[in-house]
Amino acid sequence: MYGKRWVIPGMILFVALAAFPFYWYAVGKDKPFPQLEMPKNAKACVEKTPFMRANHMRLLDAWRIAVVRDNLFVYTAASGKTFEMNLHKTCLGCHTSTEKFCDRCHTYNDVTPPCWECHLQTETASKGSAS
Amino acid sequence: MTISRRKFLKTTSVSCLALAAGPSLGHGYELLELPGRMSKGPEELKAKRWGMVVDMRKCDGRCTEDCIGVCHEIHNVPFIPEAEHQVMWLFQEPYENAFPDRSRELVSKVLKNRRFLLLCNHCDDPPCVRACPTQATFKREKDGIVMMDYHRCIGCRFCMAACPYGSRSFNFRDPRPYVRKINPAFPTRRRGVVEKCNFCQERLEVGKMPACVETCKKGALVFGDLDDPDSEIRRILAESPHVRRKPELGTRPSVFYLF
Repeated sequence: MYGKRWVIPGMILFVALAAFPFYWYAVGKDKPFPQLEMPKNAKACVEKTPFMRANHMRLLDAWRIAVVRDNLFVYTAASGKTFEMNLHKTCLGCHTSTEKFCDRCHTYNDVTPPCWECHLQTETASKGSAS
Repeated sequence: MTISRRKFLKTTSVSCLALAAGPSLGHGYELLELPGRMSKGPEELKAKRWGMVVDMRKCDGRCTEDCIGVCHEIHNVPFIPEAEHQVMWLFQEPYENAFPDRSRELVSKVLKNRRFLLLCNHCDDPPCVRACPTQATFKREKDGIVMMDYHRCIGCRFCMAACPYGSRSFNFRDPRPYVRKINPAFPTRRRGVVEKCNFCQERLEVGKMPACVETCKKGALVFGDLDDPDSEIRRILAESPHVRRKPELGTRPSVFYLF
């Protein structure tokens, strides 16, 4: 092979550098999954927890479209329980503090949904009116 | 095995392209099939086409702060002092601004001194809906309300250019600091979206009349189904001569004025 004195160490160096994030960060420990503060007034969410964990944003999206476009208002879950399709009344009615529930997981997963630029929690609202 | 340089380059480039294109195809955002089902609210007020009558014989303009105030308070409409940044759902204008198409010569004193209560006309053929490139504003087929989905609004303001009635306002700045008293049950808007009157859709779905109609003590605002020949609004319209704003444009507003 032509110029192997330089090519082979070069290739090794390249692979070492390119794979740097994998072996460097694999050394540390997993960041522990955040502790969420569960609502006290309800035992179960709208749907089962694994479904909610994976799909809450899509459920909210479907709810929004149904409410604003199709005049629908009530959601009957698979369990037979009914809920108003309303983020403020239904979701925040149980999850009273978004900081202790939504944000902890979102921060852990490094996602920043812009919900609170428009939607309000009762706590933020009282802060807003005081200023 | 021998392979020509040309064939090697061809095969690798096509494979790379396929690898890159693969994940980007067929991964559009799809709506989720929910395990539950959705239905109408039990108390919902129903109509085929909601409409409003503003009886200017009863609305003397002395208490319009009340209805405007209640509307703006429950919908978190910001109060911005600078006129060019103002956001309005329900507002007032003098005769010549409200009805610029009508005769302005020798106008009666009653009309000239009146401040007309204006709002989104919830047109039957709304030009704002045609202008909207993202379907953020749309007419609901079931009740005729021209609604907005603020999540979809990209702030292009085509709808504002298209609306002949000036019923739409743009949030040039973050509106939240300008909301006097925040109602947490209704969202605020964010900078860069358009907003307007929604005929109190959030109240109709729980069986309440629009806030302005409920606030008006003089009975100057009548709200009802324009498609139902037996409704009160149809009775009023059948009995009294009425006008709509800029009817020549063919937008067929659902808000009627009695002088």
